Amino acid sequence: MRYMMLIYSQERADDLTPEETADLIRRHSATMSDAAAKGILLGAEPLSRTATATTVRVQDDKTLITDGPFAETKEALAGYYIFELSNLDEAIEWAAKIPTHCKGGAGCIEIRMMPGLPRRAECEVAGAPNA
Amino acid sequence: MPDVRAVVEAVFRRESGQILASLIRISGSFDRAEEALQEALASSLASWSERGIPEKPAAWIMTAAHRKLIDGIRRDRTRREKQDSLLYETETVAHPFETDLDQPAMCFPDDRLRLIFTCCHPALNREAQVALTLRTLGGLSTEEVARAFLLPETTLAQRIVRAKRKIQEARIPYETPRVDRLEERLASVLAVIYLIFNEGYSATGGPDLLRRELCAEAIRLGRMMCELQPDEPENIGLLALMLLQDSRREARIAAGELVTLEEQDRALWDRCAIAEGLALVERALERGRVGPYLLQAAIAALHAQAATPSETDWLQIATLYEELWRRTPSPVVALNHAAAIAMSGDLQQGLDGIERLGEALKGYYLFHAARADLLRRLCRTAEAAEAYRRAAALTANPIERGFLERRLREVTSPPYC
Repeated sequence: MRYMMLIYSQERADDLTPEETADLIRRHSATMSDAAAKGILLGAEPLSRTATATTVRVQDDKTLITDGPFAETKEALAGYYIFELSNLDEAIEWAAKIPTHCKGGAGCIEIRMMPGLPRRAECEVAGAPNA
Repeated sequence: MPDVRAVVEAVFRRESGQILASLIRISGSFDRAEEALQEALASSLASWSERGIPEKPAAWIMTAAHRKLIDGIRRDRTRREKQDSLLYETETVAHPFETDLDQPAMCFPDDRLRLIFTCCHPALNREAQVALTLRTLGGLSTEEVARAFLLPETTLAQRIVRAKRKIQEARIPYETPRVDRLEERLASVLAVIYLIFNEGYSATGGPDLLRRELCAEAIRLGRMMCELQPDEPENIGLLALMLLQDSRREARIAAGELVTLEEQDRALWDRCAIAEGLALVERALERGRVGPYLLQAAIAALHAQAATPSETDWLQIATLYEELWRRTPSPVVALNHAAAIAMSGDLQQGLDGIERLGEALKGYYLFHAARADLLRRLCRTAEAAEAYRRAAALTANPIERGFLERRLREVTSPPYC
């Protein structure tokens, strides 16, 4: 089963210092190489801060564009990991290894399963002849 | 001829947890296991009425359920193969556990341990843990559990469905936890059992008989944990704690009113439960490792050993509360500690200790009740009356409110001191 780890961290107006950035990178790298060595890492990436986010919503054929994230929250989505694991206990172990704190805010990981798309959904939709 | 239905029900109450646990291990599915068990019970009713009750009814039901389970899995496989071109490839269809259909139908005690750890997994919320534990390992029906918890049956059923779905979809493993996680996971299991007990013990309303059954269920689950992990002192501690509290059941309510420990008729205490509880406390203390449940049981044991209230070893109780506070530093524990200090003879020091908790516990009725009690004993009746009024305003429970109002009448009718 693929598990997605959503990293929620506090965003601060002031940027990280070069030392803090280096430390954050070092800690993430440690988790990533550990997971990669075990063959379970399917992906991991940071996201840009929510100040740069754009939200798009289509209503009555009109596209509404707003500046900023979908929801303003104290802890914002800051990045993700995807692991291939066999159960939730393993996912909890790995979630605990992902750094989430930032400038004193503790942050957290939300674990979500990735059950996959229905395999033949596109055939049904397209009415493929061999379906 | 014995009543077949009664026999089936008795076997169900006693053995369903074990059978269900084994069926879940074999099938990897709560729903499939429950379905097979229900079918097996139905066929046992039919078959036993005709051919008589077998020598080993539980083994008969297990074998029948195992057969139903295999039939069900085969049926599903065939259906899946036929419908393959239409079937969504969802990983939830595959089971997380290997299914060997030729495996003989066996029950292992460990199956129940796996099951209770799964039902009390910290990834499930506490309400779901309680509902699922009672539903799968308890002998009560969903309807009975719902009535005891004063919930609509549909609400409870939904909780169970949601919990089972999460177990399946998030793949909560059906395993006993790893050694390094065991302590925290066991704490979760014991918290669920104790919550079930307290729901039955606290007189918050509801049909009395069912509340008794909740206590009995909790004690049964506590016994099960002791049987499955006999070397774990906290298992023994929890069972002892529940037995010792339950021993006072008949004495704590008289004519619909709450009777304090001090005023209880100790002749009504259940001596058998006390003897068993005391022996368990002793056995657990010998093992050296002392946790919060064992400490609470040791406190309950000191109360149980006092022939009269004045013989209570309050100093020792205060020491145990201090020890408990070191492990679980909550204001409620501090409140009990202060009350024990007061009862050991130093009313003023106890009251000072209670006053210090005012900020943390101002919304807790027992804080005001304990404070009122000490003020009453110190003859500060006006302040005591005010504290009783506050306590009474904070409890929704008619029995508790009745008790506080009685005390209020006592302290306000002169001359009290």
